[in-house]
Amino acid sequence: MSKHTLSVLVENKPGVLARVAGLFSRRGFNIESLAVGPTEHPEISRMTIVVSVDELPLEQVTKQLNKLVNVIKIVELETGSSVQRELLLVKVRADATVRSQVLETVQLFRAKVVDVSPEAVTVEATGTQDKLDALLRMLEPYGIREMVQSGMVAIGRGARSITATAVR
Amino acid sequence: MTSASPRQAPVPAPPKPAPPSGAPVRVTGAQSLVRSLEAAGCDVVFGIPGGAIMPAYDALLDSTKLRHVLVRHEQGAGHAAAGYAQATGRVGVCVATSGPGATNLVTPLADAYMDSVPVVAITGQVAQPLIGTDGFQEADICGITMPVTKHNFLVTDPAEIPRTIAEAFHLAATGRPGPVLIDIPKDVQNASTSFTWPPELRLPGYRPTTRPHGKQVREAARLVSTASRPVLYVGGGVAKAGAAAELRELAELTGIPVVTTLMARGAFPDSHRQHLGMPGMHGTVAAVAAMQRADLLIALGARFDDRVTGRLDSFAPDATVVHADIDPAEISKNRRADVPIVGDCKEVIGELIEAVRAERKQDRVPDLTAWWEQLDHWRDTFPLGYDWPSDGTLSPQYVIERIGALVGPDAVYAAGVGQHQMWAAQFVHYEHPRTFVNSGGLGTMGFAVPGAMGAKVGLPDKQVWAIDGDGCFQMTNQELATCAIENIPIKVAVINNGNLGMVRQWQTLFYDQRYSHTDLGTHKHRIPDFVLLAEALGCVGLRAETKDEVDEVVTKAMEIDDRPVVIDFVVGKDAQVWPMVAAGTGNDEIMAARGIRPLFDEDD
Repeated sequence: MSKHTLSVLVENKPGVLARVAGLFSRRGFNIESLAVGPTEHPEISRMTIVVSVDELPLEQVTKQLNKLVNVIKIVELETGSSVQRELLLVKVRADATVRSQVLETVQLFRAKVVDVSPEAVTVEATGTQDKLDALLRMLEPYGIREMVQSGMVAIGRGARSITATAVR
Repeated sequence: MTSASPRQAPVPAPPKPAPPSGAPVRVTGAQSLVRSLEAAGCDVVFGIPGGAIMPAYDALLDSTKLRHVLVRHEQGAGHAAAGYAQATGRVGVCVATSGPGATNLVTPLADAYMDSVPVVAITGQVAQPLIGTDGFQEADICGITMPVTKHNFLVTDPAEIPRTIAEAFHLAATGRPGPVLIDIPKDVQNASTSFTWPPELRLPGYRPTTRPHGKQVREAARLVSTASRPVLYVGGGVAKAGAAAELRELAELTGIPVVTTLMARGAFPDSHRQHLGMPGMHGTVAAVAAMQRADLLIALGARFDDRVTGRLDSFAPDATVVHADIDPAEISKNRRADVPIVGDCKEVIGELIEAVRAERKQDRVPDLTAWWEQLDHWRDTFPLGYDWPSDGTLSPQYVIERIGALVGPDAVYAAGVGQHQMWAAQFVHYEHPRTFVNSGGLGTMGFAVPGAMGAKVGLPDKQVWAIDGDGCFQMTNQELATCAIENIPIKVAVINNGNLGMVRQWQTLFYDQRYSHTDLGTHKHRIPDFVLLAEALGCVGLRAETKDEVDEVVTKAMEIDDRPVVIDFVVGKDAQVWPMVAAGTGNDEIMAARGIRPLFDEDD
């Protein structure tokens, strides 16, 4: 099975997330990651869904999604031709003895510290999943007290817009 | 905005016409609902009032265009709406209150969803301030019905009622039809609003493809020219698209044999020489064998359901598949299509006829003689038939065969689910689409009586016969009271074998004749006595227990038109539905009768 990133433009209406999530669960497809947010058009929201499926089931997912009345458009974004990012907030144990080492790691990954206390720092990092995984591996020895990660968001490279043609 | 806006091109004032019919009128939300239903072309609604839908019912009392049929259970309302829609092709409408009223609609909505039946359900909801508080008779019906409706709406603004109704009817009836639910909180029904018609539809994500792709159609026609063992696999989509005439033209132009699925019975005349019957688990040997040996399957508005294909990996192994359907998600869902065609069956078949004609002009005419010899051999060797029960009891197949023969192909037949349904599909001869109304995909026992009721309301001049089982009949017969009071004179033939017959058949075949809880006691105790029950419900009750009585009671029932009629046909419990492809096996293993496997034996 391979990972696919779907950009789904939906009407900004109550219940749409439930419709999409319900469709995935009842058709037996697993959502790896999901992010929802507004677009430049107030009446349209954009979901970025990462799903692990083979080619044929992917076609079926896409067709079933397209049948949802509130779904306006679906575009599969390829890794090479799109920018894909996740956001990570992680609270790392960092007392005075190791703090400088932690900060060094943070700098290496071009992440930043957004909160600090005598025992811990909170680090904010964005990037691809690989980069965030690598950062976490580096921070793990110090002790990860808590972390939270967003779903992936993605946008196609180049000047073309997938929303431009979706709105009349 | 002021008139100084520089971007606004000056628009000349329009001439003042007489106020159009679309001019806004001040009404309550409930009145807006009733007016919208009238404007959408609805002429009848099936329903029951309750607290949260009372404002709508109050407004309904003033309508002169809408007939309301007061059912006895919301499930009856839902199936009646589906029966109405299946028989007439128009959108069926049902109404219920919030909470339990709404949840009682879930089964019929799921049923309509599986069989792509255009139904609009309107439910009352608790007032908006109560939503989410576990208020009295509150149920999140939009959440509950999300998986079993094509779409649903919760109306929060009374001004949106006309648009929502218009959108619901549009969604239900177009593309792949299906049920749509509209949930309207009580305070929205009571609020003051304005009504205008027609509203503008706002469905940016809904654009069904009806025109097929020309290149794909030409490719299909090319395959038709080269195939030596083609089959037209016709599903319910052909009947729904109103494409029976086009199908007949295509079949006669090409000489290709036709099989019609349970949902397509009547879409091609049973009397037609090219008709091989129904495919699938209880299909004819000829229909099943034709598909198994086909080199080309042309699937039209069918969905390769497991009851048709048997084990998918051994289904029609040599066939190239042309699959035409209005729902792109059906194509290659179960069986990979070699030539996918997305479009409305009427347009697809119409264009396919033209494309085949173009092929014929270039003298590409396949020779199907050998194929027809094979097909005729199967058809002659393994015709549909049945044995009389050895215990001397009445044969259920005979009863159904006689009903079909005496009542004829202009009537509408409704069936429940089980043995009687399969026999109704096998032994009644259908000549016209929309004359066999039943529950295919969901297999909802109890569909027949309310389904027939809805069909009769839609087609009052037709005879409507429910062919029901004694198990099914005991699930929904309360609607006979509705029929008696509302002057809906349907006929109900209860094929009473005293058992849950289809389950019993499986127990006989696959569970060592261990009859776990399938004997309803209807025979042993005559509980209920269906004749007395019928009389109690305001119907005429008749009974037949011998072969000689069958024609007599059917004829008598046909003469009664002022009341519903129920006939208790007391039949043997051991009759079985044959042919049969056992669940989980391949279609090659079809048994014409117990132990007789035509396709296996043929290969020996």
